[in-house]
Amino acid sequence: MKLILADKTVIEGKSFGADVSATGEVVFNTGMVGYVETLTDPSYQGQILVLTYPLVGNYGVPDPEFFESTGIHISGLVVSEYSETYSSASAKQSLASWLKKSGIPAISGVDTRALTKKLREKGVMLGGLAVKGNTIALEDPNKRNLVAEVSIKEKRVYGSGPTKIIAVDCGMKENIVRSLTRPGITVLRVPWDYDFTKEEYDGLFLSNGPGDPTMCGATIQNIKNAFKKDIPILGICLGTQLLALAAGASTYKLKYGHRSQNQPCTDVTVGTRCYITSQNHGFAINRKTLPKEWKVWFENANDGSIEGIKHTSKPWSAVQFHPEASPGPTDTAWVFDEFLASVALYKKNHA
Amino acid sequence: MPKKPKKVLILGSGGLRIGQAGEFDYSGSQAIKALKEEGIRTVLMNPNIATVQTDKGLADSVYFLPLTEYFAKEVIEKERPDAILLGFGGQTALNLGLALDASGVLKKYDVEVLGTPVSVIRDTEDRELFIKRLSEIGVVTAKSFAAENIKDAVASASKLKYPVMIRMGFALGGEGSGLVRSESELRTRLGEAFHRSPQVLIEEYLAGWKEVEYEVVRDAYDNCIVVCNMENFDPMGVHTGESMVVAPSQTLTNEEYHRLREVAIKTIRHLGVVGECNIQYALHPVTGEYRVIEVNARLSRSSALASKATGYPLAFIAAKLALGHSLLTLKNAVTQKTIACFEPALDYLVLKMPRWDLNKFDSAVTSIGTEMKSVGEVMAIGRSFEEVLQKAIRMLMIGADGFTANKGEAFHIEKYLAEIKDPTTRRVFAVAEALHRGVSVEEIHKLSGITTWFLDKMKNIIELEKRLKKETLTAELLRQVKQAGFSDKQIGTITDKTEVAVRALREKKNVTPAVKQIDTLAGEFPAKTNYLYVTYHGTEHDVIPGKKGIAVLGSGPYSIGSSVEFDWSSVQVLKTLQAEGRETVMINYNPETVSTDYDMSDRLYFEELSLERVLDIVQFEKIKGVVISTGGQVSNNLALPLHKNGVKILGTTPENIDRAEDRHTFSKLLDKLNIDQPGWAELTTRKAAGEAAMKLGYPVLVRPSYVLSGSAMAIASDEKSLMRFLERAVDVSSEHPIVISKFIENAREIEIDGVASKGKLEIYAITEHVENAGTHSGDATVVLPPQRTYLETIRRAKRIAKKVVKELKITGPFNIQFLAKENKLQVIETNVRASRSFPFVSKVTGYNFIELATKAMLGKDISGHYQTLELDYVAVKSPQFSYSRIKGADPLGYVEMASTGEVAAFGSSYPEALLKSMMSAGFRLPKKNILISLGGEENKVKLLPAIEKLKVLGFNFFATEHTAEFLKTHGIASELVHKIKSGKKENVGTLLDSGKLELIINLANRGLVREGNGGNNPSDGFIIRRKAVDLNIPLITNRQLAEAFAMALSEVGKKGLESKAWDAYKKDA
Ligand SMILES: Nc1ncnc2c1ncn2[C@@H]1O[C@H](COP(=O)(O)OP(=O)(O)O)[C@@H](O)[C@H]1O
Ligand SMILES: Nc1ncnc2c1ncn2[C@@H]1O[C@H](COP(=O)(O)OP(=O)(O)O)[C@@H](O)[C@H]1O
Ligand SMILES: [Mg+2]
Ligand SMILES: [Mg+2]
Repeated sequence: MKLILADKTVIEGKSFGADVSATGEVVFNTGMVGYVETLTDPSYQGQILVLTYPLVGNYGVPDPEFFESTGIHISGLVVSEYSETYSSASAKQSLASWLKKSGIPAISGVDTRALTKKLREKGVMLGGLAVKGNTIALEDPNKRNLVAEVSIKEKRVYGSGPTKIIAVDCGMKENIVRSLTRPGITVLRVPWDYDFTKEEYDGLFLSNGPGDPTMCGATIQNIKNAFKKDIPILGICLGTQLLALAAGASTYKLKYGHRSQNQPCTDVTVGTRCYITSQNHGFAINRKTLPKEWKVWFENANDGSIEGIKHTSKPWSAVQFHPEASPGPTDTAWVFDEFLASVALYKKNHA
Repeated sequence: MPKKPKKVLILGSGGLRIGQAGEFDYSGSQAIKALKEEGIRTVLMNPNIATVQTDKGLADSVYFLPLTEYFAKEVIEKERPDAILLGFGGQTALNLGLALDASGVLKKYDVEVLGTPVSVIRDTEDRELFIKRLSEIGVVTAKSFAAENIKDAVASASKLKYPVMIRMGFALGGEGSGLVRSESELRTRLGEAFHRSPQVLIEEYLAGWKEVEYEVVRDAYDNCIVVCNMENFDPMGVHTGESMVVAPSQTLTNEEYHRLREVAIKTIRHLGVVGECNIQYALHPVTGEYRVIEVNARLSRSSALASKATGYPLAFIAAKLALGHSLLTLKNAVTQKTIACFEPALDYLVLKMPRWDLNKFDSAVTSIGTEMKSVGEVMAIGRSFEEVLQKAIRMLMIGADGFTANKGEAFHIEKYLAEIKDPTTRRVFAVAEALHRGVSVEEIHKLSGITTWFLDKMKNIIELEKRLKKETLTAELLRQVKQAGFSDKQIGTITDKTEVAVRALREKKNVTPAVKQIDTLAGEFPAKTNYLYVTYHGTEHDVIPGKKGIAVLGSGPYSIGSSVEFDWSSVQVLKTLQAEGRETVMINYNPETVSTDYDMSDRLYFEELSLERVLDIVQFEKIKGVVISTGGQVSNNLALPLHKNGVKILGTTPENIDRAEDRHTFSKLLDKLNIDQPGWAELTTRKAAGEAAMKLGYPVLVRPSYVLSGSAMAIASDEKSLMRFLERAVDVSSEHPIVISKFIENAREIEIDGVASKGKLEIYAITEHVENAGTHSGDATVVLPPQRTYLETIRRAKRIAKKVVKELKITGPFNIQFLAKENKLQVIETNVRASRSFPFVSKVTGYNFIELATKAMLGKDISGHYQTLELDYVAVKSPQFSYSRIKGADPLGYVEMASTGEVAAFGSSYPEALLKSMMSAGFRLPKKNILISLGGEENKVKLLPAIEKLKVLGFNFFATEHTAEFLKTHGIASELVHKIKSGKKENVGTLLDSGKLELIINLANRGLVREGNGGNNPSDGFIIRRKAVDLNIPLITNRQLAEAFAMALSEVGKKGLESKAWDAYKKDA
């Protein structure tokens, strides 16, 4: 199998997934664990994923209940070494068999450090995995409406409490659903373009998702409408960008994104506290365009980019990182607690 | 930020010993650098003279003093520091700090403890408190009971059901802990345990659970990060210091990894650690349940490892955090762009492997368990498990070429299943053997509890070996086996080719390795790091070749005979080269060293010191010259092979080094120069050996070139003992000849350490051993300047040195060992390299011998007038033993080295320096009760004057039968102690157990022969010595040392011991 990049680089390797070709945007993730969670994260839709950790497959693949969505979302997987054998009590199959069953190609034997450096220097680029003898035309997944591809098609209800939260699914990870579904709460998970403003609700959640946020015009419009009320809003990842766009800010594409489990984010409202966060995003909020009713909440301690915003007076906030973790550190799980507390407060005040 | 202290006292860790090795030189040095950078004055207390941290130019003031409460108080009184650091000198510093706090010294002198508060340290050290604190936040620990007496302990154990785990509070490296299977076993263990610690813990035994460790950093503002996690190869029950360890963990799922991470952070926050600590877990392989095993609220061996594994400078950051800095304001030193508040992402893995030296001890037990026995460790970096495993095995320098394809009996294990089930130091080779013989991974897993993932990878190696045997060596197969860590030599062994031929073939087929950077962020950000490793899983180098630097070869693992002194020497070379404006490339792989700090060299290769790898690096970097003479024997051995491959060796030519190493040529050389040497012969049969020994005259010293078991050297007093040794322990053949030398009795031993330039002696120092020849120079008590050696002898030693230096055209460091007896000087050996005592002679004389040697190697003129003999003070260096760890070994000085480290002290007089030096190695001065047991007439007669001196001092003597009788006839009263076998009261056993004794002087009958110890029928002498060690009672087993000690004690008398700083001795001079 070959990995072909837009800059004409061709890397030979060994296939260990499905025997098919695929194209996508080539991105890298530096997490050392969590390939199951990562591969099933809908935000990776359309992307060929390079894992920088060199040994992959060590603990196999568990039951689907531990996935972040119904299946694999990446277009292809690139690793240095695939571990043919695995061991873990939770494993139900090997990574290779899962990839094969899911029709996802994968390549091993790649100098992933060299590849990562290329992506870092030249920025993420299109690429493809080609089965021997095949030629492939590279397609840009960002031209597609990736969010529409991964969002649920029909709304779905979780829990049965008096407090109702609308969760706009732009590619929502399962662990977000798990984090929100608590006693007393009903989560109504709706498709990305669903007009939730007609619904009665006490809190609005905007999920993560793949690709360019500006592709989600319908969602942005709905959020703008939601601004008419004071109902608490929390956005995560793409949800943050959508919130910012609705507020009037603009977004831009990062050269090579943040995809890792070790991004330090400083709470700039406090100044002395920094959290290690799990991230997976290619776009960010343009700081200069942030309207003055909004303030920066979190900042990336490495490159200074915006990692969270907060409205100066309304209970609206969002984080660019993943407090639901999975994969990654759980340090910021309190973001959900804060959100749910503000929802409870709202509910109490509007009872 | 709180107010910065002006002056800080840092407690070091003392001599290297099992459980506490060179890692604390690394952490202490980092701490000093971190404080100095802020203009804070630093005072260091550490008697380990071979460390970098005690160098001039680091701490503002250094005290080579015993790490005891008394001396610490003296130092505090004198220096009046406003703060103290307890976390950088291992368990020694931590315990001393706790004692100073408890006795109110810190309060009295208003000394603030920086970093983790004392109360938090107590919470982590006192097992009962620890468990209570953790249960407050629902964090689970192993079920356990603390006991302060035998009765309670036994009761608790029966509640938990056997087997149980016993452990001691405030202990180090698992000391005194272990698996206990029955009540009778428990009772024996408790006896010893309560001698060492007031508290013993009885705990449920977590058999088969995975062992995992996290390194956690927290600042005073509650920012908390995990820098590294590690997974043990062996399941619970094998101490982390005894197990292979990988970082990051390999078989933990995201959920497990992050759940334990979350518990770690929660726990550390709750406890309130400020700085660095580690937390150890047991993780159930099936249910995923965890138990917290312990928290070490200080820098540790694991943190040194984590530091080297990730590139995150843990000790440096911990020191900054202790001063009140925030993780947010500190930089990631590797990228210089990002901040210290992050968690390194690795795109490689490391494997740590322990190095044991138990075969140096005849009767030592080779099983491993919850107590540490290893003396050092190595760390391999690579991009597959197979690669790091094979690299690490080679790095151990135990003669193994990797996991498989090893020559030599030692790696073929007969009872492999037994050694897999009940682990020994050879477990990894037992697994190899089993896999070779077709035992399934499942079976090995069942026996050992080792996670199958590791075993599967090991099996891959064996499978590849099979392919190598069958298939042709295509480029693809070559690359595949290189990626699995096979060395050229191994491939050669398997395919019946020479190492050179394999290398040539490989290069022809373009199968070459890539140089990669350790950058803490897996390539996410550009990094300017010089921290490098070499792998076959790569197609591109991360760096461009350097500017023709000079490579310095390090010392490899700490082991008996090669310790921190060689790291010190390597560091001095780096410093000198840098001062001379040269680019430096350091090659070493010992994670417990300062030389592997990436700010010590322009480029650091954390790599093998093998011909193959050094050539790879030399070729890539276009190295101009290699320094091989400062890393001890490991680097010295590469001189000739590198030279033959066209590499430029700096200093003395490899041919001349070899002339000194080769016994035959060296002996001829001495004859030619008219230098006397003990008679010797090389033999290839037992019969010839017997004849030669007869001719030389007994006793003789036997040195086999091939050892089957036990020690490599022995003294034979007669034909019978010679034959017994030859039959039991060695193979004698033309392939494995033995050397027999005349053993010179009652000779004194002196040494010359020196530096020469182009065959001219430039500087030298003469040291004198307290013990007679027969005690290995590494185990001897060494004095500088000499106290008892005649000026004429010194002159003659110098003349001999000059001749040897001239003949071998030495440029650089060298060491010559002499026997001195009745005006006769004989040469034992010459090492054309830096010796163990270079840091000692450098620091005592005030001239940095390595700096001079390095300059000489660069061709600089180093001639000058160096005053090394007339000093106004005396320094004594003492060995640091680890016998308490080496169960079953006889703690008797011998021709083979047994000590694991050394310490030294200065004094205005010899007696003063001697006592302080002995105390620095853990010796406690007796107040009242001394047991004297002298074997043989000679020992009795000769020691009498010394005993009389002790008598005058008012000591109360106990003595074994013959000794008591002898003392009585000389008018010295003593209480008679019977033999154990007599069953009478008071016998040796009951007396030892009574806890009355404060010193034991036990001189073996035939001090030369190590026989009748251990085994099924141990002698009383052995029992006394062994028990003294196990019960932690000070012990002297050498007559000369006993004499010196008695003399010193009576001279120092009531004057007491002074506590002066190092430079105070200079100023007074
Ligand atoms: N309850 C237990 N059951 C089985 N093994 C244990 C238990 N507790 C500790 N161990 C083993 O003993 C070793 C030493 O114990 P630890 O508490 O870490 O002491 P140390 O202070 O010497 O590091 C551990 O590394 C582990 O392998
Ligand atoms: N011929 C001898 N007579 C008496 N003692 C000796 C003799 N040779 C060696 N020794 C003793 O044995 C010790 C170790 O011998 P040495 O040759 O220096 O071995 P190593 O290479 O391990 O340093 C010496 O330090 C000395 O005490
Ligand atoms: Mg431990
Ligand atoms: Mg010697």
